[in-house]
Amino acid sequence: MSPTNAVLERVTRVPGVRGSLLISGTDGLVVAERLMDGIDGRAIAALAANLIQRLVRATAGAGMRIPTFVHLRGNTGSVLAAPGRNDLVLVALAGVDANLGLARVEMLDAVGRLA
Amino acid sequence: MRALEPWVEAPLQTFLAESSARLILLMTTSGQVVAQHGFSRSFEVMTAAALGSAIVASTEELARIMGAPRFGAVVHGGSQQSCMLAAFGTPRGRWIGLVVFGTETSIGIVQLFFDQMVEELVMAAPREEPARAPLAENFEHELNASLKELFGR
Repeated sequence: MSPTNAVLERVTRVPGVRGSLLISGTDGLVVAERLMDGIDGRAIAALAANLIQRLVRATAGAGMRIPTFVHLRGNTGSVLAAPGRNDLVLVALAGVDANLGLARVEMLDAVGRLA
Repeated sequence: MRALEPWVEAPLQTFLAESSARLILLMTTSGQVVAQHGFSRSFEVMTAAALGSAIVASTEELARIMGAPRFGAVVHGGSQQSCMLAAFGTPRGRWIGLVVFGTETSIGIVQLFFDQMVEELVMAAPREEPARAPLAENFEHELNASLKELFGR
């Protein structure tokens, strides 16, 4: 298993996490993904990257540092994102029953290991 | 935004709103313009249409020589502006979309909403093409009428 897939496997193993993907932050394209059937990784990559880009611009505009973790909470679940080095962003989709604390720890640890 | 046929307008408008693309040109594979947004001069549109259709023809031929299926899209990435060219099938034949976008959006977003626009165009396209007189008789008149429609003058 490649290091990238190992990272995605670790995040996906967290209870309640429905999938994870590594995306290019600038292009909004999928680099690697591990998702449940029926989840459109391409759409998530495009929209999550767009969200991160806007947040980065907003925080930079406010004179703040780039966010290290983003949690977008919805009625039926959450989108978690951790921007990393080399323009990569680790994204996870979690259900309402997910262990978000563990997911956050795993994602921050994983994104720190990515080259 | 200008379109030769009204059913093209709604999908195109949605695409422009969602993708934040700067320019778009929809044309047939022979380079005939169907709709455009963002171009101000007819000369630019005609040049872009001719070049775009030629690029798609070249890449499709390249794919054929390589024994590969058609390429989905051709993307030219730039530091300030990028360009995507993609051909797709409609009930009215094969069309090409040329999209120019800047750093305010991304290729992922543009591709995502472009594919959505293609689905909407395919659903909205009338199945029956209106009957037209042979090209040779009406060519100049039709060309002028199309340019007038696309540029409003």
